[in-house]
Amino acid sequence: MTSTPAAVVRIVLPAHLKTLAGLSGETQLEVARPVTQRAVIDAIEDTYPVLRGTIRDLATMERRKFVRFFACGEDLSHEPPDAPLPEAVAAGHEPFVVIGAMAGG
Amino acid sequence: MSSVRLLVGTKKGAFVLTSDGARRDWSIEGPYFPGWEMYHLKGSPADPDRIYASQSTGWFGQLVQRSDDGGTSWEPVGNEFPYEGVPGTHQWYDGTPHPWEFARVWHLEPSLDDPDTVYAGVEDAAMFKSTDGGRTWGELAGLRGHGSGPNWQPGAGGMCLHTILLDPSDPSRIFAAISAAGAFRSSDGGESWTPINKGLRSEQLPDEDAEVGHCVHRIAMHPSAPHVLFMQKHWDVMRSDDGGDSWYEVSGDLPSDFGFPIDVHAHEPETIYVVPITSDSHHFPPEGRLRVYRSRTGGNEWEPLTKGLPQQHCYVNVLRDAMSIDRLEPCGVYFGTTGGQVYASANEGDTWESVARDLPAVYSVEVQTLP
Repeated sequence: MTSTPAAVVRIVLPAHLKTLAGLSGETQLEVARPVTQRAVIDAIEDTYPVLRGTIRDLATMERRKFVRFFACGEDLSHEPPDAPLPEAVAAGHEPFVVIGAMAGG
Repeated sequence: MSSVRLLVGTKKGAFVLTSDGARRDWSIEGPYFPGWEMYHLKGSPADPDRIYASQSTGWFGQLVQRSDDGGTSWEPVGNEFPYEGVPGTHQWYDGTPHPWEFARVWHLEPSLDDPDTVYAGVEDAAMFKSTDGGRTWGELAGLRGHGSGPNWQPGAGGMCLHTILLDPSDPSRIFAAISAAGAFRSSDGGESWTPINKGLRSEQLPDEDAEVGHCVHRIAMHPSAPHVLFMQKHWDVMRSDDGGDSWYEVSGDLPSDFGFPIDVHAHEPETIYVVPITSDSHHFPPEGRLRVYRSRTGGNEWEPLTKGLPQQHCYVNVLRDAMSIDRLEPCGVYFGTTGGQVYASANEGDTWESVARDLPAVYSVEVQTLP
């Protein structure tokens, strides 16, 4: 019996989180299937422990209120965390984008 | 030769300013953590190279950074501050119950004798303690749970625990202050707490003898006289001679008794400093003149210290953790402003110079006196 290989998901983080994680651009992470918001954030936090608590609240494990998730031209922020992400994200064709709410007027 | 290191937290990063003991020439390193709100940085009295820093934004939450080399390099440590048990509610601004929610760390107070032990004062108000260099934090839940917690309410800046004083003569005695709940004291290392607000008067409270609800802005003590506490309250400069059991007003001849910081001279326990601010609706100095006031009599009689400070068109504020005093002789006094200036006096406040002029709004200033 063979297990389903993990997906390789492209991830774009906002500038502050890239700095914390020591990244300069887009990153790719192996994500357990099914590929969901929760699975992607789990992978981010496992790979970059410094980001624990910066995307989702440590107490509630809910998305922080000034953070949004975009992919494939859609705002997926209010999708259930265990809902499958678009196949284009799971296939690595489109990135999963973590956005900080606009600031600066 | 001795030297001093200023740890400056600002709205958009941290800065480290250093000078030799003459305190005339300064170098500025930073910004560290650019773009992040740095509410507070403080070094360990037991190991000055160990520094803790509170890093946060409204977007991405709270981190705690630790340096083991005097601020040159930093390592993120634990950022999980779990309230013990069911957090319950406190009062919201309109008096309705509001769930306790962690927002940020306002103040970090390293232990006097163990670099790995550090206390954190947080919003919504609670105190946490780490004994492993900041990697894990546990709540000292007796403070929030001592009984009056459901009646605490936030000040305009949030319901923050902003002051932690450790009694050098008694390791089990800790003082804390919360806006807008008041002052509290523990005699058992933080396990249990007692409100210590007798004598405080706050116009916004219907009960003038209210046990809690007072907007204490900061408390200070001199290590040689830990039973004497000085308080800058929202309005009123107050003093206690009995470890907080009772307070009396020492505002005296100040031009305004509203303000945020208060601190004590390094070598004279009865010499104290405040920065009067016009009012709670005008968060700038009276008459646009930035003046530190010094009392050499433990309050009531105050003298303005103005040499080197702007005496016209100055409309900055000085926040509660943005004043600090070094241990040299004569002692140096430092403060930062919301306009991004850091002022230093190498002569107990007699004269001042601007050692940084255009930083982001300064949230905190802590000085380390180094060998």
